[in-house]
Amino acid sequence: MSERISGAEALMRSLEHEGVDVMFGYPGGAIMPTYDALYDHRDRLDHILVRHEQGAVHAAQGYARVSGKVGCAMVTSGPGAMNTITGIADAMMDSTPLVVICGQVGTAQLGTDAFQEVDVIGVTQPITKWAFQIRRAEDVAWAVSRAFFVARSGRPGPVVLDFAKNAQTGMVDYEPACVDYIRSYVPYPEPAPGAIEQAAKMINNSVKPLVLVGQGVELAGAREELIAFLEKAQLPAGCTLLGLSALPSDHPLNMGMLGMHGNLGPNVMTNQCDLLIAVGMRFDDRVTSDVSTYARQAKVIHFDIDPSEIGKNVKVDLAVLGDCKQTLAAVTKLIDKATHNAWIEGFRPYEEKERSKVIEPAIHPAEGPLLMGEVVNAVSEATGHSAVLVTDVGQNQMFGCRYFKFTLARSVLTSGGCGTMGFGLPAAIGATFGAPGRRVCLFTGDGGLQMTIQELGTIMERKCPVKIILLNNNFLGNVRQWQYMFFGKRYSFTPMLNPDYEGIASAYGIPSRTVVERADLADAIREMLDTDGPFLLQCAVKEEDNILPMTPPGGCVENMLLEVE
Amino acid sequence: MDTNKNIGAAECGDCNTCGKCDEKPQGEQFFTMIIYSENFAGILNQITAVFTRRQVNIESLNVCASSTPGVHKYTITCNCTREMAVMLTRQIEKKIDILQAHFFTDDQIYIIEVCLLKISTPVMLQNRDVSRVVRTHAARIVEVNPTYSIVEMKGTTEEIVSLYESLNSLGAVLQYVRSGRIAVTKSHEELLNKYLAERANKGTTQPLQPQRG
Repeated sequence: MSERISGAEALMRSLEHEGVDVMFGYPGGAIMPTYDALYDHRDRLDHILVRHEQGAVHAAQGYARVSGKVGCAMVTSGPGAMNTITGIADAMMDSTPLVVICGQVGTAQLGTDAFQEVDVIGVTQPITKWAFQIRRAEDVAWAVSRAFFVARSGRPGPVVLDFAKNAQTGMVDYEPACVDYIRSYVPYPEPAPGAIEQAAKMINNSVKPLVLVGQGVELAGAREELIAFLEKAQLPAGCTLLGLSALPSDHPLNMGMLGMHGNLGPNVMTNQCDLLIAVGMRFDDRVTSDVSTYARQAKVIHFDIDPSEIGKNVKVDLAVLGDCKQTLAAVTKLIDKATHNAWIEGFRPYEEKERSKVIEPAIHPAEGPLLMGEVVNAVSEATGHSAVLVTDVGQNQMFGCRYFKFTLARSVLTSGGCGTMGFGLPAAIGATFGAPGRRVCLFTGDGGLQMTIQELGTIMERKCPVKIILLNNNFLGNVRQWQYMFFGKRYSFTPMLNPDYEGIASAYGIPSRTVVERADLADAIREMLDTDGPFLLQCAVKEEDNILPMTPPGGCVENMLLEVE
Repeated sequence: MDTNKNIGAAECGDCNTCGKCDEKPQGEQFFTMIIYSENFAGILNQITAVFTRRQVNIESLNVCASSTPGVHKYTITCNCTREMAVMLTRQIEKKIDILQAHFFTDDQIYIIEVCLLKISTPVMLQNRDVSRVVRTHAARIVEVNPTYSIVEMKGTTEEIVSLYESLNSLGAVLQYVRSGRIAVTKSHEELLNKYLAERANKGTTQPLQPQRG
């Protein structure tokens, strides 16, 4: 039995029908009818008022990435919608399921340069999985259901719903919709006939296999299938930045992180293996460096759900399309039990070399100023390696991802493809709602924190238990490192005069502490973790520290630098 | 014919799907892409954006309804490498409301283009070469009045350009327009019908789009 309600009310009911109970947003003129409808739903639908629309989208991303659900954000038209663009592009690059609802002027005003009118569909089409303008109240139920189906199915991604004001106020006989099929959209492609068998044959014939684990494994919830696959044939694996928690850090077959600042072993061995098995990863240039020198000696198998990723960056010998939860399980059945002991042992010298030259000096320095690596390592240990790691972008991100360790899935929250500074703080807020039982540790720099620092207001209002570890080096550190290495040490606008962060925290009622001396670090971390709710731990770290090892841009994965001259 | 819907299995040599076929150096080729989408607003934008992002110029473009109700057909020509054509069609096909995207070389399709030429009637009457050129190109004069005449011709790009250049060299041309290429495949298999039939078995009763009230 349908009921006659407004389009705005239909949106609320449609969201509830999709199971939305948390959303992030900021009201404004063109979305006011919907915020008015939300007022009656606020007991069921927890709306978190952010302090800037960019924060709403990053928070929704954080929520989605740790929970596996679709993140939802709601903003007004024009500037409100435009402020979400960075987060939408970030979600597209990092395959994060989002539904972003933007207000829009009434359809009669569309195209007239009306107040706060922007062509949101035109702007967002290239950076969304789907963008749709709701022009009539009758379309609300269908559009919302389709939006959530598109966002969460297949390779996830962001969807924008541009909600015209007359569609919000218009009346409709509401009935919930349930879109679970779109004929032009194949979210879960099937592997080609024979592909699974061929993959198994190639793996069985391989003497030196290397598995590259990407975020696809996390998105598919395929941790068990991955471990069974790796263990059956004793296949060593490296993880991408976003795939770091797809495999427990201490798993014996986990050889570490891939990429520009990843671990030496998996990077060097990429150019020594005879078979590269990529699972749910997309051969980003931060992983491959110069593709013309990348794994040229190896056959490549690519397990992926997105056909357009096959052969995009790296030529592959065999594609296994499909959801890796199914394809990995199918291949595992066909592969032979094996040990690749000699091959796996080959990683050890690189591990030892990196440990003595880079890791130990970074996490257990004997003297000198506090280092980012030791802070990250100490926090990870103090949380039993079970926390959600959130990072901003830059050195804090690379140190965070290198030295934080993971036991649980969906524990890495970082802006990979886009590298969005300012991502960290709002994403961490979202994570506290997406994984309410888990500890959320944010590592951020003095640059990135200030890009979205207004979200401290959201933390204050909602008492979000974000542990903010500010790695303050008074520099835009990563750019400074590049200037040091590649631009003749010309520090063009990277030194930064900082405010009194403890003063800022205090103004927002957030407890804080600053650590300068190594001797105080453990106690300060303990105080942070023992404090209920949010905490800002400012660490005065070495000003000109470098993140190593490093594959210089345009370099080759086997030639990582272990030191900077 | 090149299709993306069945990527996989061990592929080598000169298949079009594994992306590994450029071991031998390749230059650019002229391709015709045939793309089918749902008849929703804004799809053309999404298709052309893929070309823009990949820095490939569209040489010609034709959009029209297809033989299947509710399905639109795009015929697009461009110069690019085969590898690029694979990537372009895959990225286009990835868009939610695109049904299929394929690319073809000229030997795989029947092709036609149409042109209209508005020419000066006084020049035509003064110079008999004008009507001779029209006849030798098998073009038709479809309108004559004291000021101008309209010439219509269908054919390949080369044939049409030849007509235009000949008439232009005689100083007869007032206006000239050539359509985008339209094409149908020579294949005995109807890829779109096959795809729609396969998908229909997996569908539910949900409408493709909101019912128009």
